[in-house]
Amino acid sequence: MTLWTGTPADLQARYAAGVRGYNACPVASLHPKPVLRIRGLACSTGYRLLFQGVDATLGPGAALELTGANGSGKTTLLRCVAGLFKQDAGTVCVGGAAQAFYLGHKSGMNPLLTPLENLRWQLALEGRTAAARECAEALRAFGLGDQRHEPCGRLSAGQQRRGALARLLLSEASLWLLDEPLNALDAEGQRFVYTLIGKRRESGGAVICATHGGLELPGAQRLELPA
Amino acid sequence: MSLAAAQARRDFAIALRSRSEAAQPLAFFVLAALLFALAGPDAELRGAIAPGVVWTLALFAVTLSMEGLFRQDVEDGALEQMLLHARPLFSAVLGKLFAHWCLTGLPLALLGPFVALALQAPPAVAPALALSLLLGTPTLTLIGAIAAALTASLRRGSLLAALIALPLFVPTLIFGVSAGLAPAAGQEATPPLLMLAALLAAAATGAPFAVGAALRVSQEH
Repeated sequence: MTLWTGTPADLQARYAAGVRGYNACPVASLHPKPVLRIRGLACSTGYRLLFQGVDATLGPGAALELTGANGSGKTTLLRCVAGLFKQDAGTVCVGGAAQAFYLGHKSGMNPLLTPLENLRWQLALEGRTAAARECAEALRAFGLGDQRHEPCGRLSAGQQRRGALARLLLSEASLWLLDEPLNALDAEGQRFVYTLIGKRRESGGAVICATHGGLELPGAQRLELPA
Repeated sequence: MSLAAAQARRDFAIALRSRSEAAQPLAFFVLAALLFALAGPDAELRGAIAPGVVWTLALFAVTLSMEGLFRQDVEDGALEQMLLHARPLFSAVLGKLFAHWCLTGLPLALLGPFVALALQAPPAVAPALALSLLLGTPTLTLIGAIAAALTASLRRGSLLAALIALPLFVPTLIFGVSAGLAPAAGQEATPPLLMLAALLAAAATGAPFAVGAALRVSQEH
């Protein structure tokens, strides 16, 4: 399973046309500074092989949509790239000074803390001391201005997801790994996430999204994991 | 604010909002001591073994409290964020364990001498027992956290964590009880207290790294 992604249009066109021997194309010449490079990745859970031979290179501004049936390994692949899951084979290299930001199914928001407290803690983990006002602005942008002092446990699933996604606004990471980011979001929230992803790509970041379809990021490549 | 302080502050805030859960180990400690007083032997013998009873109950209370150390963080995904973004992870773990000790070990150390006195222990025992608990309970927290981290992603890992941790608690228990019993026997409590301090220094140096590594292992599968 091989996939090349990147901003050069001809790269996408050649891949889409199924040009054989494309694997041999020297990566360095196409992406002098790739944000992410995956080679021969294989993962299994227990005795079940989820996927193998996954190759991908994401240059600045690239996006990759991971699709596949339930249990095909989309989340595992994202966790593996993030460093949360140990692969059976292959290498994952997050390039240069790039950092990965991972947002999984779980929001990372403690139900007893408010969105504001959760957000400030997440930033503190990275050694960033964001002012309460900065965090409040991010939450307000995601429509949680009035709920920022409510415990997350009292918020709806969609509001909790918005609280977790507010982290994107404050993220400095070059690589975003988003596991079904539109889950539980209404149309407005989905549009806002699209906008944020677009802005991150414009600023030279790369994004990988696991999705069941419907995301359709412009210019994104797709990788369908076998069931 | 340093990462350790931010982590400790977060855990204090969570404990403040779930007071009943935070108070459970203490309630267990007091109730078990009460049961021992009701069902135990005569007052003289009960007083003689009170430091051992207090230390054993404190050990079980810490073991019980370990079950919830990482559970919520695993459930809501905060642990993933911690493993991914905490720089350094050692610092976040240290903050978390400090908060946990303040919420369980410290109250146990403060309550312990009073429980011993309630069990008819000689008053001379109280200061040495309090000091031994102050030095020993952080070690129990640090060692217990390694076992809790190893079993963090298991559904019913609390019993396994206890089985892993209890044998490792033995040196702390032995020196803690020795320090508690020494004044009543007319002996010096300083040597076992120094041993407890040495155990604490060793645990504080190595355990946060071990907990971080154990958390990574538990999340990698």
